[in-house]
Formats: sequence, C-alpha cells, structure tokens
Amino acid sequence: MSIEVKNITKRFGKFTALKNVNLKVPDGELVALLGPSGSGKTTLLRIIAGLEEFEPNQNADILFQGKSVVGNKIAERKVGFVFQHYALFRHLKVLDNIAFGLRVRRGKNRLSRTEIRNRVLELIHLIQLDGLENRYPDQLSGGQRQRVALARALAIEPKFLLLDEPFGALDARVRQNLRRWLRRLHDEIKLTSVFVTHDQEEALELADRVIVMNEGQIEQDGTPAEVFHHPKNAFVMDFLGSVNLFHGRVVSGQVVFDQPPEGKQTQFFVRPHEIELLPDNRDGAGFPATVRRVQLAGSIAKIELTDRNNKEIFVEMSHEKYLLYQFDVTDTVFVVPKKTVVFEEDYSI
Amino acid sequence: MKKHSVLPGFGLTFGITLAYLGLIVLLPLSLLILNTASMSFGDFLKAVTSKQVLLSYRLSFGASFLAALINAVFGFLVAWTLVRYKFPGKRFVDAIVDMPFAMPTAVSGIALTAICAKNGWVGSLLEPFGIKIAYAQPGVLVALIFIGLPFVIRTLQPTLEDIDKEVEEAAASLGATKFQTFWYVIMPSVLPALITGFTLAFARALGEYGSVVFISGNLPMKTEITPLLIVMKLEQYDYAGATAIAVVMLAASFVLMFFINLSQWYARRMSNG
Repeated sequence: MSIEVKNITKRFGKFTALKNVNLKVPDGELVALLGPSGSGKTTLLRIIAGLEEFEPNQNADILFQGKSVVGNKIAERKVGFVFQHYALFRHLKVLDNIAFGLRVRRGKNRLSRTEIRNRVLELIHLIQLDGLENRYPDQLSGGQRQRVALARALAIEPKFLLLDEPFGALDARVRQNLRRWLRRLHDEIKLTSVFVTHDQEEALELADRVIVMNEGQIEQDGTPAEVFHHPKNAFVMDFLGSVNLFHGRVVSGQVVFDQPPEGKQTQFFVRPHEIELLPDNRDGAGFPATVRRVQLAGSIAKIELTDRNNKEIFVEMSHEKYLLYQFDVTDTVFVVPKKTVVFEEDYSI
Repeated sequence: MKKHSVLPGFGLTFGITLAYLGLIVLLPLSLLILNTASMSFGDFLKAVTSKQVLLSYRLSFGASFLAALINAVFGFLVAWTLVRYKFPGKRFVDAIVDMPFAMPTAVSGIALTAICAKNGWVGSLLEPFGIKIAYAQPGVLVALIFIGLPFVIRTLQPTLEDIDKEVEEAAASLGATKFQTFWYVIMPSVLPALITGFTLAFARALGEYGSVVFISGNLPMKTEITPLLIVMKLEQYDYAGATAIAVVMLAASFVLMFFINLSQWYARRMSNG
C-alpha cells in the first residue's frame, strides 16, 4: 500500500519541526527517513501513523493508497508501528504481547482462541524465537525484544510498517544481524515499510529508497546509490559519509588550491577515497600536507593529515596503494583531489 | 545468599535492622502479649467477645476497609489527574493532598464534625433527607476516608509517572480502545502500587483514634470503634482487658495484611513478569 504525504507542517510551540513536507512512498518499498536529530524525521513518521497531529491547512493531506486518512484515529489506520524503545507490555509474556492486537478486536473480525494462538506461533517462528513464547520481555535480549515488537506490529496485518529508529538501542553486532534479517523479511513479505534512522550506513544498506531530511525539510529523495553518488547539495554530501572541504579556484578548467588562498574562492567537496597522496609534486599537482595518523586496521587504510593552515584532511585508500609509498607520521606528502564536487549555493560544514 | 557487593557492611546493617525493629516494634508488642497472659483464658475470651467489643470490631474493620476501598478509587483519580495533566494551581492541589498527614487528627476530627453536624455546612444539607453523618456510623467512615487519602495518592504518583507513554501509543496502534488500554495495559502496571496504597490506608484507618472519637459521638454499641474501647478499658485501669482486645486486633490486622501482601506479591509478579 502506498503512502502519500502532502504539504505537512508541524510546529511545537515556536519550533517548526516540519516545513511543508511532501513525500511519496511507493507500494512494497522499504524506505529510510534519514537525518540528524531534530530534523523532523520521527515527527513525520508519527504524523503518518496518526500519533501526532499536523497544522491544519486545506492543502495538507495524508493518503493511504490514494485515500485520505486525515481524521482517522490511529486504531483505524491499521498501521504497524515499532517504537524506538520497543514499548512492550512488561506484564505480558511474548505470546500475549504478540496476541494483544488480535485479542482487543471486537465484533465480526474477532478471531477464535485457536486462530489467535496459531497466528501468534506462526509469527514467533517468523521472528525466530520459537520456544521463548512464555518468556517475559525482561527475560529477553535487546535484539529479541525488538523482534517481538515487530511481530506484535505484524500480528494485526497492518497496511504498512513504520519503524522509529528500530536498531537505535542495540549494540553494533546485533544491529548488523538484525538489519540483514529485516531486509530478508521485507523481501519475503513485501510490506511497505518506512524506518527512521540517523545512521547513514544503515539507511544506505537497508533501504530501497533514502529520504534525507534536515531542519524539517526533505533535502533529497532517491535510491541509495543516487543520494550517495549524486548528492543534491552540500548537506546531503556531508551527511552521507565523511567529506573534505577545500577552498580553491578554477583557472582555465583546472582546479588550483593556492596556499595561502588568493582570488575568488570556491568550495570543493571531496570524499576521502577520491584523494590521491603522492610523495612529491613532479607534475605540479596538489598541495603539501603532513601525515598525522595512519590507521591500518579494517578493510581500507585511513590516513589523517593536516595542511599548512592546520586544517584536517581525511584520506582513504586500499592497502595495496598504501604499501606503494608507506607514508608515515610527520612525512610531508602532496594531496591531489581526483574528483571534486561543487555546489552552487554556499554551505559550510 | 550473601553476594559480594560494592558497598560493604551487610552484616552490620542487617544486625542494626534486626535490633532496631526488635527494639521499636517487637518489644512493645511482646509486652502487650505478656500483659494479656496475666488473664485466664476464660477471662480473655470473655473480654474479647463481649457484644460491645464484637460490634466495635465490625465497625472498625468494616469502616476501615470501606474507607480504604473508596480512597483507592478516588485516590487513583486524583493521582492520575496530578500526574497526567497540567493545570494552573497544580502545585497547590498537590500540597493539599498532604494536609491529612500534617494535621493533628483531633483537629481534623473537630473540623469534620463541625461540617457534618446537623447545623454544619454539609450536615444541614443532608438533614432533610434523614441522612446523619456526625454522631453516626457514616461519620466514622468520613473520618477514615479523610485520614487515609494521602497514602493512596502518594504511593500511586511515582508509579503513574513511570508509565511509558509509548506503551499506551503501542496499545492504540494495535487497535485497543481507550478503555482496553487502561484496563489491560495501565491497570496491571499500577496494581501493585494501588494495593500498597490501599494497605497503608487500611492500616492507618484501623489504628485511627483521634479524629473518629470526635465525629462518631461514641454512642455505646453503635459508633464505638475498637481503639476507643481499648482507651475506655485503660481509663478503668483494666490493663489486661485493654491489651486483650489489642492482641485480637493485632492478630486480625496481621492476618489481613498478610493476605493483602500476598495478593500484592502476586500482582507484582504479574506486572513485572
């Protein structure tokens, strides 16, 4: 089921959390709302779920599969919501937690006791917690609790799933595993899902589509590759991975980094892996910098340098490339940006 | 049993705990029993089962239980309002809750009597309907409700504050109505605290003397509470008779508290998993 958000604005007192946000989530996709804290991503998710009101405006609307749900209560929207801190019912066992949404049903949609039990056991199997159905939430690990929260949301057969920082409270390893598991689960059940995260790696790895938010507005909406390789503006570029900022000028099609700078300066953004380090500047390219730290643990070599103005520069290269010159701390090397990105509007990191 | 803790001194603190409890609580109580033991069993039985005493048990336990129950319901409402809503004068209302704690009970007794008597503000309104509060059994109830209220409110407040708003939102998103959310989600988590508040209010009401003797009028066989009979016996220098009644009351209270604690333990297990 698709979700459409039209012209939504939300204020908390004097603070504007969302500024006229428009957004479309196509059916069956797994979408990430990515942004720093305070960017309005959780507020947007809560407004979609009906947990939060938005500023009334005749153009503002929220549509599920083309139908407006404004005015519908949260219970009527049939949205599966997974809370950041799980919000499990502590006094209920895993089984009863998952069954909650089915047991509170009244009227003709009510399932029989055995139907409920079977559905719940099926879900417990799906979240791979077979045998733990009689545990209480306090007796589970963080990752297990998160999966119970997910199963509880899935039990009501929601139209789609909304997840608020689903892995926020978990440690790195569990987070990795659960991320992959969630992706597989999504591929299996094809339920339209939106999750909120401030972790760019998580968004890029997990989602079909990433919506980057900042200060209550959507900065860019695209596939992970699109937003990573073709960021629309400096904010997106900076937020989706580390970036170096250089000042320089363009002279007859060539970028020149004068030190100290002279003339009209332009800002150039360069990703750490798009920089080459050379032991000398035979070709006259690049500018000198001093190696401050070499970090060889991990899949790539990471080198931190400072230029003459003591500005930090981050460089990443393959281990093979590193072995070519084997720079050491305090060595002076030449920094050659290979691929620079320029944005028209001025933006400072 | 003894685990290594960062803070030393389990032996010392446990010793002090036992000695302190023994000195402050058990020693006086044991004297009570010792004093009663000076009576023959027949005399004891006669003292504690006379009609006057039996009627006072009924009034004391009945009114205390009812008062605690009423306080549990309305105390819950007050605590809920104080925790959940913001309104002007909230601090003031919160402070009022403690008044029954702070006032000398005799003063509250006199104040309640003045209001509930035939010519008082409330009493005069109820008089035409033939309802009598002061100098009748309802008066005992009113006094016991008054002194027990803060116990329920003050024990519930921290628990209600602890309830995670997300849990309620989760229940709503799963399709629960407001009533279902309250009954299946909120109630189980506050039940242990509610029972604690009820128990405290009940215990306090059982021992209350000062305010009740003013409002009840102490009509023989009608509005006499058990603590009053104990005082009356003491005034007649019948120490053994007084302690005999006290022992019965103590035993009954102990058994009641035990069962209430048992139910609380059960409720806590249900709410904590």
